[in-house]
Amino acid sequence: MTDLYNACLSRAQELLKSGEVSRVVGWKKGEFCFDVSPAYFESAEELNEFTYDYFCGANLSKYLVQIAKKEGKSAVFLKPCDTYSFNELVKEHRVPREKIHVIAVECRGKADIKKAESVAGEGVLGINETDDVNLLEIKTRSGKTQTERRNILLTKCLSCKGKKHVAADEKIILKEPIETGSDRFAGVEKLEAMTAEQRFAFWKSELSRCIRCNACRNVCPACTCVKCVFDNPESGVAAKANDTSFEEQLFHVIRAFHVAGRCTDCGECTRVCPQGIPLHLLNRKFIKDIDTKYGEFQAGEEAEGKTPLTSFKEDDGQ
Amino acid sequence: MKKIDTEHLAALYAAIGEKYPLYLPVKQGAAVNFAPYTADAEVDLTQLKTVKSPKDLFFPQSEEMMRFEKKDGMWQIYDLAKEQNPFVLFGVRACDYKAFEVLDNVFLSDPKDTFYAHRREAAIIVTLACFSPKDTCFCNVFAIDAANPQGDIAAYLSGTCLYLQAQTEKGKALLDSLGNINGALCEADDTDETALGGIRQKAKAAFEQLPFASLDLSAFHGDMKETFADEKWEKLSQACLGCGACTFVCPTCQCFDIRDFKAKDGVIRFRCWDSCMYFDFTQMAGGNPRTTQTQRFRQRFMHKLVYYPKRYGGTYSCVGCGRCVEKCPQHLNIVKVIKEFSKGGKEEK
Repeated sequence: MTDLYNACLSRAQELLKSGEVSRVVGWKKGEFCFDVSPAYFESAEELNEFTYDYFCGANLSKYLVQIAKKEGKSAVFLKPCDTYSFNELVKEHRVPREKIHVIAVECRGKADIKKAESVAGEGVLGINETDDVNLLEIKTRSGKTQTERRNILLTKCLSCKGKKHVAADEKIILKEPIETGSDRFAGVEKLEAMTAEQRFAFWKSELSRCIRCNACRNVCPACTCVKCVFDNPESGVAAKANDTSFEEQLFHVIRAFHVAGRCTDCGECTRVCPQGIPLHLLNRKFIKDIDTKYGEFQAGEEAEGKTPLTSFKEDDGQ
Repeated sequence: MKKIDTEHLAALYAAIGEKYPLYLPVKQGAAVNFAPYTADAEVDLTQLKTVKSPKDLFFPQSEEMMRFEKKDGMWQIYDLAKEQNPFVLFGVRACDYKAFEVLDNVFLSDPKDTFYAHRREAAIIVTLACFSPKDTCFCNVFAIDAANPQGDIAAYLSGTCLYLQAQTEKGKALLDSLGNINGALCEADDTDETALGGIRQKAKAAFEQLPFASLDLSAFHGDMKETFADEKWEKLSQACLGCGACTFVCPTCQCFDIRDFKAKDGVIRFRCWDSCMYFDFTQMAGGNPRTTQTQRFRQRFMHKLVYYPKRYGGTYSCVGCGRCVEKCPQHLNIVKVIKEFSKGGKEEK
């Protein structure tokens, strides 16, 4: 991805140098190849730590809620799926559009370090493209391994929303985009095919691992309440204690309801869960139901307008 | 030293499980965590790091402490701390074992935390040596020898053999009480000991080769006023989500909150893990001394690297397990903090 990285870096440098923006929001190198962090850069010197590669899975759009409060305009690198979250935040007046310069950046799926390690072993140094679009090369301390692209992509990328950016002030796309996803609703259909008892057992087993760290909620671009109901002592449902039945039966379900119709299916909840709970399946069930009852709808496609749950039509499903 | 072939491990677990409640690393869906042993539990001794450390066997994430009930116009108060029956905690890695000592300093010093103390006294701990560390491990920075763990019994998994070495009276009693498990558990001989010695030596070398093996903590010694006020904290914490993932997977994080819960017949006083990453950490009636995420973020690392060692004879409240390195959604962690403040850190590279 060196060409792409260079293109992003030089554009970021230009934007800062010309004064068009006060800062650039992107990803910062870590100690390994996989531990990149969202960050903002305010000088050419700081950009030495900028990176853009297969481990930049983090969706930067929610970070903009905080960044946009800073003085001046900020540029941000957004991958196609990130732009949906961005539009949703603009629509909800959480991010003022005029303060953000969106650089729509090429994405061919992002990698999951755990999957890469399970394919190539410990000591992953990086992931590179190959001449074959279906194959990626994992570079490790002990050598190179080629594998099917889909084998090492993040869960969220396996149901990629597509190659289209729905918000862009400029684009950096060097290679022909590819869609990495398929069968978006296959997981939901599998759950729907279960009996209620089986489904309850499935979720009980998954959600019993929840440690209520709130990573799913805090990373979620649709969870932007200034004060979450679960943090508000006045709400009567504030809960810091991890009570298994609560996590299994209430917290995640209530959260899914709260983001219904606004969740763009960015998949960050599942990406960040330390216990590997497939939380996106809850949200995706709501998305599927909305599609079925009110007609196909993709949250974040537009940065304005009514949504199926905030409008009424006579032929709305019951 | 005794040994048992790995194909008979189920019999070993069953033999221990017959005598005591047994907790060990169990595969649950996509994760491996310490869980009670059952005949159909998918025990996984090869997992280097469980998602959660086993600290919640002593310091559960939530527990009831007191119960208040009104009877005939009088309040009855019940203390819920009670003696625990012995139990076995099997497969604890050296870093997590060291973390128990970190917790002991806090919970067993005066005034002793009776809830914690009862569980700690009841536990028979079987540790498990690490021979193939991950790149994210840095326990050797804290003088932990992961290939030679402490504990009542130390276990070593090598090839198709699990070796068990009793290291305390408690451990010896447990090992002796197991009998020979239909001939499966037998005495290890000199050849085994020699082979194991070689493996330990090799592992020690592997630990010294790890990427973080030479982390320098000297930046956290001495007068810390400058470090406290350093502008670096702002940059280091800028992407922090304020979630509790780092604190809840951490084997040494020990902060808790105590609250009252109105139940049907009275009031339950419970405590639960708290996280300095949470906005309401140290929130009091009169306000909060830390009002920004940067201040809370700084608290976490100053506590681990400065305040705790000052109070407890130089022991750090970090054991280098590397869970935060793997689990932080934004990849912020103690290693990045240490490096940023160390000489030869990123800025001077």
